Amino acid sequence: MLIFELSRPGRRNASQAPLAVPGLSAIPEDCRRTSRPLLPEVSELDAVRHYTNLSRQNFSIDTQFYPLGSCTMKYNPRACNHLAMLPQFLARHPDAPADTGQGFLACLFELQEMLKNVTGMAGVSLAPMAGAQGEFAGVAMIRAYHTARGDSARTEMLVPNAAHGTNPASAVMCGYTAREIPTDREGSVDLAALKAAVGPRTAGLMLTNPSTLGVFERTILEIQQIVHDAGGLLYYDGANLNAILGRVKPGDMGFDVIHLNLHKTFSTPHGGGGPGAGPLGAATKLLRYMPLPVVAMDGDNYRLQDETDLPQSIGRLSAHLGNAGVLLRAYIYARLLGREGMQRVAEYATLNANYLMTELRKAGFEVAFPARRASHEFIVTLKDLKDKTGITAMDVAKRLLDKGFHAPTTYFPQLVPECLLIEPTETESKQTLDAFVRAMKEILEEARSQPELVKTAPHTTPVRRLDEVRAARELDLAWRGTDHAVGG
Amino acid sequence: MPFIPHTEDDVRAMLAAIGVKSIDDLFDEIPASLRGGALAMVPAGVSEMEITRLMHERAERDGRWLNFIGAGAYEHHIPAAVWQIATRGEYYSAYTPYQAEASQGTLQLLYEYQSMMTSLTAMDVTNASLYDGASALAEAVLMAVRVHKSSKRVLMPATVNPVYRKVVHTIVKDQHIEIIEAPYCTECGHVIPAALQKFTGQDFAALVVPQPNFFGVLEPVDELTARAKQNRMLTIAVVNPISLALLKPPGEWGEGGADIVVGEGQPLGVPLASGGPYFGFMACREQHVRQMPGRIVGRTVDVDGKPGYTLTLQAREQHIRRSKATSNICTNQGLMVTAATIYMALLGPDGLARVAQACHSNALKLAQQLIALPGIKRAFSGPVFHEFVLCLNAPVADVLQALKAQGILGGLALTRDYPELGDALLVCATETKRDDDLKRYADNMKRILGSRFRPAPCALKPAT
Repeated sequence: MLIFELSRPGRRNASQAPLAVPGLSAIPEDCRRTSRPLLPEVSELDAVRHYTNLSRQNFSIDTQFYPLGSCTMKYNPRACNHLAMLPQFLARHPDAPADTGQGFLACLFELQEMLKNVTGMAGVSLAPMAGAQGEFAGVAMIRAYHTARGDSARTEMLVPNAAHGTNPASAVMCGYTAREIPTDREGSVDLAALKAAVGPRTAGLMLTNPSTLGVFERTILEIQQIVHDAGGLLYYDGANLNAILGRVKPGDMGFDVIHLNLHKTFSTPHGGGGPGAGPLGAATKLLRYMPLPVVAMDGDNYRLQDETDLPQSIGRLSAHLGNAGVLLRAYIYARLLGREGMQRVAEYATLNANYLMTELRKAGFEVAFPARRASHEFIVTLKDLKDKTGITAMDVAKRLLDKGFHAPTTYFPQLVPECLLIEPTETESKQTLDAFVRAMKEILEEARSQPELVKTAPHTTPVRRLDEVRAARELDLAWRGTDHAVGG
Repeated sequence: MPFIPHTEDDVRAMLAAIGVKSIDDLFDEIPASLRGGALAMVPAGVSEMEITRLMHERAERDGRWLNFIGAGAYEHHIPAAVWQIATRGEYYSAYTPYQAEASQGTLQLLYEYQSMMTSLTAMDVTNASLYDGASALAEAVLMAVRVHKSSKRVLMPATVNPVYRKVVHTIVKDQHIEIIEAPYCTECGHVIPAALQKFTGQDFAALVVPQPNFFGVLEPVDELTARAKQNRMLTIAVVNPISLALLKPPGEWGEGGADIVVGEGQPLGVPLASGGPYFGFMACREQHVRQMPGRIVGRTVDVDGKPGYTLTLQAREQHIRRSKATSNICTNQGLMVTAATIYMALLGPDGLARVAQACHSNALKLAQQLIALPGIKRAFSGPVFHEFVLCLNAPVADVLQALKAQGILGGLALTRDYPELGDALLVCATETKRDDDLKRYADNMKRILGSRFRPAPCALKPAT
């Protein structure tokens, strides 16, 4: 039932809005609203019960194992949320003077310093509000660098064909043509193809390492040499930083500019689709182009740098400071982990992924790159199962929901047929991983004994498989107050 | 080991199953020269008790202020239920609803949000959020250029939030889109439609119309929208969602309404929090929905004919279309929209109108008290919603400093962005202000300005 269907004319929450409203008005007649917006008229209890019950129709990390590959769905410590929501932090206006926010800015400055250290970059800007905005900013910095050198022939951004869709989309937003580089049979960037692709038109290469195929680019030092020799710069997509946190620094691999996803590696909540945060790290030669604002320390005082400090900055990405509250949560997480805790992140994320991969192979699943070590995630391909039984990766994913597990990422990367991209993260126990293996094994047995059960899954969720074609063809994107309204 | 549950026995058994001796062996594909690297700048880990103490100390250091700054981020009362529910783990720790059957809570909530925003703006469709108001305007400019097809120029009045204009520049400049500034009337504080005459005949994809504008002043939106239509331009409205409870929604502006509507969603239940996370909203006409960026939720049925919700029109998005997508946006501001939806449901049409009316009244009251003081006048004659500009007969930075010494954040100085206005101050009062707050501001302002104009005949002796 929709909240609108609970609505009754005249029902309202007296305590939620001002009681006595003065009637002063200076709004001209022709600027006034005459139609009443179709907002629900419900009691506080109606609203609380409705949205509490709706929440129970969600799978989440707090309720289920959520091995969604490439998304790093690890436990979000409650202290991070609680402490970022202290009343003084919440009440502070973004344009309030810096001396009213020294406590807040101290956290951000220290976060910047820690991120510089773990990424091995010369400087960090916390401005980007998500990974894709970090990509945009990083590529814009690469463009600013070439432009400042008068090197205007560089019009192509190279992107592996296994890359996240955001990479080519970000390159295009910066005015580049995205040129895809193929992947070899072992899941690595095809070096010969890369050599053939680079040249005077190459602005740079965007690379995720470990890649979206769940393997470390072993030839990263050669890759960076090839791109740099051609005059291009190297962009690091930090989506998979959890796999190497505290073990390898992107700066040491030769990357010139990077973003990292705090909602992945630094465990800020994914919120049902955000907010994230995509801080950017830059090598010395790109520091002057960093997006604003950057937190600076002058003597004992923290302040936000602006256009006068960084006149060559690519500019601003948000009205204020990016997703400030997400940055606070990441800061608290980083302090809880500390140096040793941060190093253990990659170790145990990798241990869990390799253990799960091993156990799933034993259970009869085919992994996409059996000769390779898994990073923090790995790919299972169900092509053989589909050929034999007609059961697809989507069917298996849906059947997992019946067994109380969120599905892995399906059909990405697109170059592996019928794939599941599985990322267990370091916060899951061996017992949870074992339970997941048992569920996968059961599904494999069901695929042989009762294939219809799997093909028609899920059976226990609030709705069964949805008609997505109808959703796109007969667009119903908003309740209009007539079609499914309930009378009196 | 914080948040890592492994026992020593677990680790031994897992390594044995994999067939390696140590965790280090699992990193053997990484070139040896890259491994390691000290984390000298990362301090040792602390306990939850210690970080709690530190964060409380820092929060207390930042203190609480009587705030009259608006300028795009507004202080409103947020009902207790909003964040208690939004931070339930089922919302807070889920991700983008790719598996619709396991995400009906988030999906139905987003459909309800889209319904509320569609109605509030009087448009056909809205998306499930963008990052913030400024980046939403940049996406609207890109969308307008795609829809218009023939022009890559957009007319942007100087009454649009100056930071929004900077963000638009950052995001669209590398796609060779030109933003042309349209002037405003320095007496009335809004755009004069006839003054746009000089652009007639030029080629533009869109006209941006802020309502209220950055000065808090109401623009002649009907005339501006009609003029845009006559000149084959799209109208991009930039609106404050709370104001829409009182003001004519952009879907009803001029002849046929605005084409794209964007704005900052923060006033709808999202705390100020030093600038974020907030969320941007975007609405448009149904015929342009395939050019809209961001996630969109649609209602459909399952195999049993039961209604359900799913992400739809995904062929616009980067994970399907890659370099041909309408935007690179992936993660948006889902949790903020969760809060906004609960906020709107709790307030309802009547509550939202009460909030808007209380803001408007408080701003008028405060303006009356302030302009009655010597040394202050209203900068503009145009009508306002909940924010207004004052011209001071004293350096605005000094006045703000003196107010701050009394615990008052008196507004935003416009000297940097609008030097032509002199010592101008943008002041906002929302429903959170009581009469004694307004009086406290006015009394302090009177004392500060008074002391500047009439130095005390016998100055107090400094304490020794």
